[in-house]
Amino acid sequence: MSTLQRLTERLSEILDQDSVITDPVRLRTYDCDGLTYHRATPGVVVLPDSAEQIAAVVRLCDEYGVPFVARGSGTGLSGGALPRTDGVLIVTSRMRRILEIDIPNRRAVVEPGVTNLAITEAVRDQGYYYAPDPSSQQICSIGGNVAENSGGAHCLKYGFTVNHVLEIELVTPDGEIVCLSEHDPGYDLLGAFIGSEGTLGIATKVTVRLSRTPETVTTVLAAFDDIEGGGRAVSAIIGAGIVPAAIEMMDALAIEAAEAAVSCGYPEGAGAVLVVELDGPHAEVDHQFAEVDRICREAGAFEIRVAASAEERAAIWRGRKSAFAAVGRISPAYIVQDGVVPRTSLPEVLAGIDRLQEEFGIRVANVFHAGDGNLHPLVLFDDAVPGQGEQAEAVSGRILDLCIEHGGSITGEHGVGVDKSRYMSRMFSEEDLDTMQLVRCAFDPKGLSNPGKVFPTPRLCGEVPGVRKGVHPLVESGLAEQF
Amino acid sequence: MDPELIKDCVHCGFCLPTCPTYVLWGEEMDSPRGRIQLMDQHVQGVPVTDVMAGHLDACLGCMACVTACPSGVQYDRLIEQARAVVEEEHVRTPQERAIRGMVFALFPYRRRLRAMRLPMALSRRMRPFLDRVNPSLGAMAELAPPPATPVRLPPLVRARGPRRATVGLLTGCVQGEFFPQVNAATVRVLALEGCDVVIPPRQGCCGALSLHSGRDAEARKFAKRTIAAFERARVGTVVVNAAGCGSSMKDYAEVLKDEPGWAKRAAALRVRDLSEFLVELGPAAERHPLPVSVAYHDACHLAHAQGVRSQPRELLAAIPGLDLREIAESAICCGSAGTYNLFQPEAARELGDRKAERVLATGAELLVSANPGCTMQIAAAARRMQIAAGSRRAGKGEIRVAHTAEVLDASLRGRPPGSLGQVAGSGR
Repeated sequence: MSTLQRLTERLSEILDQDSVITDPVRLRTYDCDGLTYHRATPGVVVLPDSAEQIAAVVRLCDEYGVPFVARGSGTGLSGGALPRTDGVLIVTSRMRRILEIDIPNRRAVVEPGVTNLAITEAVRDQGYYYAPDPSSQQICSIGGNVAENSGGAHCLKYGFTVNHVLEIELVTPDGEIVCLSEHDPGYDLLGAFIGSEGTLGIATKVTVRLSRTPETVTTVLAAFDDIEGGGRAVSAIIGAGIVPAAIEMMDALAIEAAEAAVSCGYPEGAGAVLVVELDGPHAEVDHQFAEVDRICREAGAFEIRVAASAEERAAIWRGRKSAFAAVGRISPAYIVQDGVVPRTSLPEVLAGIDRLQEEFGIRVANVFHAGDGNLHPLVLFDDAVPGQGEQAEAVSGRILDLCIEHGGSITGEHGVGVDKSRYMSRMFSEEDLDTMQLVRCAFDPKGLSNPGKVFPTPRLCGEVPGVRKGVHPLVESGLAEQF
Repeated sequence: MDPELIKDCVHCGFCLPTCPTYVLWGEEMDSPRGRIQLMDQHVQGVPVTDVMAGHLDACLGCMACVTACPSGVQYDRLIEQARAVVEEEHVRTPQERAIRGMVFALFPYRRRLRAMRLPMALSRRMRPFLDRVNPSLGAMAELAPPPATPVRLPPLVRARGPRRATVGLLTGCVQGEFFPQVNAATVRVLALEGCDVVIPPRQGCCGALSLHSGRDAEARKFAKRTIAAFERARVGTVVVNAAGCGSSMKDYAEVLKDEPGWAKRAAALRVRDLSEFLVELGPAAERHPLPVSVAYHDACHLAHAQGVRSQPRELLAAIPGLDLREIAESAICCGSAGTYNLFQPEAARELGDRKAERVLATGAELLVSANPGCTMQIAAAARRMQIAAGSRRAGKGEIRVAHTAEVLDASLRGRPPGSLGQVAGSGR
């Protein structure tokens, strides 16, 4: 009997029958998250209902030396929740209670499986909302948002998940339940945990900040002949000292997809559209709107629309927020890339992407959080054509090279996961990666918590599951101490 | 199952929060994208196991996922194909077979339904016993509305005033037998709005139940008979007041696509939901005030399958004095879903309770929907809640139910709101 089988038998001590999945047909429905390019059928899936159950499962994993992976709603785009065939997949989709709403202190305590949008829906009537808004907000879970430090269109002004989480209860990789708070003196462990992509433990309770719904929101849709015009407008808006809630750009191909999917009715013939959202007090928004309007016209906008109602605003956003999945309408398969470049390099990087399209004969649709230089090129291909998947992969990788060349990053908000671990060494030196591993080892000395993610190769204490034999080379050389 | 349709799914998960079974159980294999994954496994050679059939059977077919999907996955087609595969390849337990056999031998046939009215009324008292024998029988007994006074509709009702259109009316099986007053109201509304209404006397079942349960051959048989009936009646437009029936009739051309002759005849038939038709036609008759608060329930086969959401609301809101209220989570199915509440009584009951709670929370006096199944389901759930809350507390859990047509009828004829609907809470 394998170690995993022995562990599985003991799961019944912790969970009822409905919460342990071992049937092969069922298991396969968990073989990937939002990134379908990588698949692995989990060894066993558990659907716990409480932090205690998660802790007990993790302690079993620790005891048997079996790796585990946490999964929320399975919408991640870097394969961060890709299961291990030899491990346990811990799914938090049944932990979806909102435990506490504390309006006077502007905070809410939620379980990890609560969806991002559910928080906003719970407090909207009282004039509050939860600010980070990934495009998948109606389904992505807060636990997953914490793991990936998710952003969204509005993080230009309001910041990422890390800026909106006040406290986290988590299960450490050895099965202990601990609490990290922003008020903890000493090292910012809360900051280290957020965005750790499941490698430092599993969040079981999250206290989030609630933000006041802005007095006014003005959403502007500006259409340009080409992407350069849009890019000029973005730089000029930020240059003028305006911090919009969001500045989003879509190119012609992305617009085509969105039109096909949700008939968002963007201006015809646009080579690029810019969605600029301004929020805050009336006077400020009015003033900023006048500026944005002028800047866009100067940059060559041929049509500017302002959403007059909540419905019109929703219609503008529908096109943008559905863009990823909408690309399914114009291409059989695609890769969602996520990279960052300095805003000022946008035109050069986009020109570079154009050259790649020509070189490889692969189409790329561009959607970006233009305000902070976060690109989401969508590399389109047909998986039925032999070799095209590999071509698309190559283009996708080359785009990241472009980002790095221009002083950017290989991920803005989707995380490294399994998809980009191989690019980490293009951005970081061996020493950098070793240092990161030390942090990892401090939390997860046995390397059982989501192994195989983030880091490029199995190395140091990290990636090979099971108890390591012998002294660690770093410890031996005196560079590190084992906890 | 068509691999091309399966490929459209990009696994983004946007469907999950709209799926009733995912909302209940939070499991991937009971979500649309999980079920598509199951279908994919089958296409790749995995046989239909009990487990696979169970998860596919557990789908309500509410099509909320079709509305939510940004990639345009045709889950409606996929699940219909999958159900047919399950019917063909999966061997059900003898009990399951017996119940299914009974339902499909009964519901699509009006005369048999009529004969069952008395036994069904009696079965209410026997519910605890039936529940023990088989939960599906218990559910059937609980859902059955009180016997209605039969209404015999003439084959032709002339328009009042100048004629603006001529339409056919599908009377439906369950609608016709259990809610004859809805058909009568529909005919009156159409006539008052200036339509000649042709009601072919020997129209059978439209095939919706069979189609939505994977009984392909049976569905095609019913579809052809219905098409022929309306061709004989010489009407170009058929008005349907039951959401499930309307949605399947709109699909006839697809259902019969392997028989080009029939597919063409199907395509020639213009099928409209009553509310859709009335909005297209535009109002002519005077709306009298109807001071009543109404919670409008979106039937899945109207909202998701036919995309008809604004029309019924527009019609209701145009009635002077009527206070239209929205039900929270309106996109989530009530659990009725054709035969679902008979075959999956537990899940259906949970969804029914969830829906009834939200309906009652609106505080409306009247629940309006356009599908007999939804009405029976929500009425039964409200009744349960009333019993649970102790029926002595009058007013709690009490809500009357009516069809959009009945509300319009009351307004057009200037009848008082008190004349509307049965009290779900009392139910006899």
